[in-house]
Amino acid sequence: MASRGIKDKVAIVGMGCTAFGEHFDRSASDLLVEAATDAMSSAGVEKKDVDAYWLGTMFSGLAGLTLSEALKTDYKPVTRLENMCATGSDSFRNAAYAVASGAFDLVMAVGVEKLKDSGYSGLVIPTPPSDGTESSMTAPAMFSLLAPAYCEKYGVDQEKMKDVISRIAWKNHVNGAKNPKAQFRKEVPLEVIKNSPPIAGMFGVFDCSGVSDGAAAAVLCRAEDAYKYTDKPIFLKAMSVAAGPNEGFMNQDYDFTTFQEVVASCKDAYQQAGVTNPREEISMAEVHDCFTATELVLMEDMGFSERGQAWKDCEEGRFDGDGAQPVNVDGGLKSFGHPIGASGLRMMYEMFLQLRGEAGERQIDNPKLGMTHNLGGQPGRCVSFVSIVGNKPG
Amino acid sequence: MPGITSYGAYVPYYRLTRKAMGGGKGERAIASFDEDAVSMAVEASRDADLSAVDTLLFATTSPPYAEKLNAAAIAAALSLPSSIRSTEIGSSSRMGLGALLMGADAAAAGRHALVCVSDVVVGAPSGSREKGGGDAAVAFVTGPDDEAIARFVGQASATTELLDVWRLPGEKFANQWEERFGAEILGPISNDTAKRALEDAGVQPSDLAAVVLDATNKRDVAGIPRALGLQKEQLADMLEANVGRTGAAHAGLVLARVLDSASPGDKILVVSTCDGCDAAVLEVTDKITAGRPKRSVDRWIASARNDIPYNTYLKWREILPFEPPRRPDLDRPAAPPMQRNQHWKYGFYGSRCTECQSGYLPPQQVCLTCGSVNKMQEEAFADVPCKIKTYTFDHLAYTLQPPVVSTVVDFQGGGRLTCEMADVDPASVKIGDQLEMTFRRLYTGSGVHNYFWKARPQR
Repeated sequence: MASRGIKDKVAIVGMGCTAFGEHFDRSASDLLVEAATDAMSSAGVEKKDVDAYWLGTMFSGLAGLTLSEALKTDYKPVTRLENMCATGSDSFRNAAYAVASGAFDLVMAVGVEKLKDSGYSGLVIPTPPSDGTESSMTAPAMFSLLAPAYCEKYGVDQEKMKDVISRIAWKNHVNGAKNPKAQFRKEVPLEVIKNSPPIAGMFGVFDCSGVSDGAAAAVLCRAEDAYKYTDKPIFLKAMSVAAGPNEGFMNQDYDFTTFQEVVASCKDAYQQAGVTNPREEISMAEVHDCFTATELVLMEDMGFSERGQAWKDCEEGRFDGDGAQPVNVDGGLKSFGHPIGASGLRMMYEMFLQLRGEAGERQIDNPKLGMTHNLGGQPGRCVSFVSIVGNKPG
Repeated sequence: MPGITSYGAYVPYYRLTRKAMGGGKGERAIASFDEDAVSMAVEASRDADLSAVDTLLFATTSPPYAEKLNAAAIAAALSLPSSIRSTEIGSSSRMGLGALLMGADAAAAGRHALVCVSDVVVGAPSGSREKGGGDAAVAFVTGPDDEAIARFVGQASATTELLDVWRLPGEKFANQWEERFGAEILGPISNDTAKRALEDAGVQPSDLAAVVLDATNKRDVAGIPRALGLQKEQLADMLEANVGRTGAAHAGLVLARVLDSASPGDKILVVSTCDGCDAAVLEVTDKITAGRPKRSVDRWIASARNDIPYNTYLKWREILPFEPPRRPDLDRPAAPPMQRNQHWKYGFYGSRCTECQSGYLPPQQVCLTCGSVNKMQEEAFADVPCKIKTYTFDHLAYTLQPPVVSTVVDFQGGGRLTCEMADVDPASVKIGDQLEMTFRRLYTGSGVHNYFWKARPQR
């Protein structure tokens, strides 16, 4: 038994992504059609060429019908799936396995979420009927447990920590300001970030990603067919999902300074891709910066920083857009907001642009390997997705 | 002669000063936004010895459910055996002492009765009932003579039809006829009932170590000292200054405080007047010193915070409307999962792996540590010492007292729970603080009360 991966067996040949934002004038269906149509144009294919679809949406529609009815597909298979904040990424993963298996030649993964119709601020997650004993902590509160735990473990004082996490928000807004598809396209001064109204623990408003609407889509085929569609295919090196057993809320040894699920999924992905030193080998990454401290901890869990050192790397600008290892160069969840089903594919869209040299003023010099990372859940209890992609086979 | 074999009391953490209510001296106890007559009855009962209880009597004038046995929730939270008899009474603040006398009768019939009495007294804003009322609970276990810490040696009762204090179903505030009228009718009845109780006991007024004189209107019992020839020193402090009259619970609460410092041989007269009168005479036995609860009434009273703004209190009691959060209404808990998980939800039972001894809250089927399947046994965690692993202030979560303080609690011997903290000053929370669990009403969603446990600083 082993996780063998499908390194270089599958390629992305086209992608589409809507602008993310408060699209009060557009439905989930409208957004989905735009992303899917753009992805097909990007690959130079038509609806009739796509053999099967995977639709990721957390709660903007049920069943494959959400896609088939919007796109008017011709009785093709459509699978709708949900894996919390990793929903979009997991729709991509399942689509990739389908072409790798040989069951289909050309497939599409689409992620969409329409959050701004609810009338509520923040995310509202539907839950099954329950006994009413589950913790009612909000998402920012759950993730806010990271910062003080990190301070305690590594002897970082809380003021320094506030500077570090504020800088992460600042960096992602600087990046987002250069992205025409981002929800927030303005740089935000550090002082404004630091002094934003409190939300939970050390987090102010600017430590939290926003809530937005959006969609993104990818067209995939087997690697050997890739050049039929494009001169610049993107090759899939690794994908991994890890779902945790809720250790963080049962095991007294868990200390809220790591996501074990991320560590496990990265270990698996690096082994699939043959990456031994991610700090050096990974050119760039799109990671799940739902909250600023999440990005900090992810840098260690993904092996980009040594344990207890990420705060220094963040301060020194290692992960800036022009740093040694750019992270969230498109602006991240911080600038895009987080339409759940769409985010994973939005991350992949940036990798697609960067690895093809099409990222405009955000373009990184000669990237080789990029990573995307999604996290659904909370510290101690989550599902983690990572992928590694590159622009050359081998 | 049957008697009280064990007891416990509960006074909530919060106080509202009468100054904040518009004038007056002292303060009253107020239940927190997450407490009600049921949750407070549970807290009071937890300090009593419930090991022999086969009967449950619950008295309140503020039942959380008008229909649905509130006593059943109390029994579930206290993990009383399912074979117990349970009875619930109310409608008059005299029913507290009334329930205790029923408990005495049950003990005389060979039963062990848990008599718990609890009230949240709500008055119209700035009125005398709001200012003079209080919220609290008390619990007594009754049993046979040889187990008694205080024996029932005499009693008397009177039932009087009159329009004095009344409230229609669904009304928030009770009405009060002119107090002088009530006193004119109930004063002589109270004097007579007290005398008859003493005669029944064969006790002289001068032999009484303490006299508890409780009434909806204190004028009703104000004539008793003179009628019986009592000295001032014999009269128990009725806790007007720092608790207020806690409805049906009050006579018992003051009795509990008397028992906290009573000596063997002491004789106590308890009178409660409302729609008539009940009176009981008790004689303290030498079992009293070993039979007291962990927390005295004075300890509960001393553990307090009185800086709650008046408008916060009015929101807690749903008297003052306020802008709701921009979040969906809270879901009501569902009946089948509540039923399946009753030992967890009410009794706070987790599980422990019989193979590797790992502890779990909520109870698990599969052991995280050793992987064993269905090798768990239930374990009660409500009284297991626990401490703060980490915590956060949640400014976004809906609460009637922001911010929500959420904490990850580690239990001694294994087991971890993430829950809200109750009765907490955010500024004082520290990692490593010792906490204790408390039974609360988390919220009411679509007309269903959601009871569960929170952690609080030690009281």
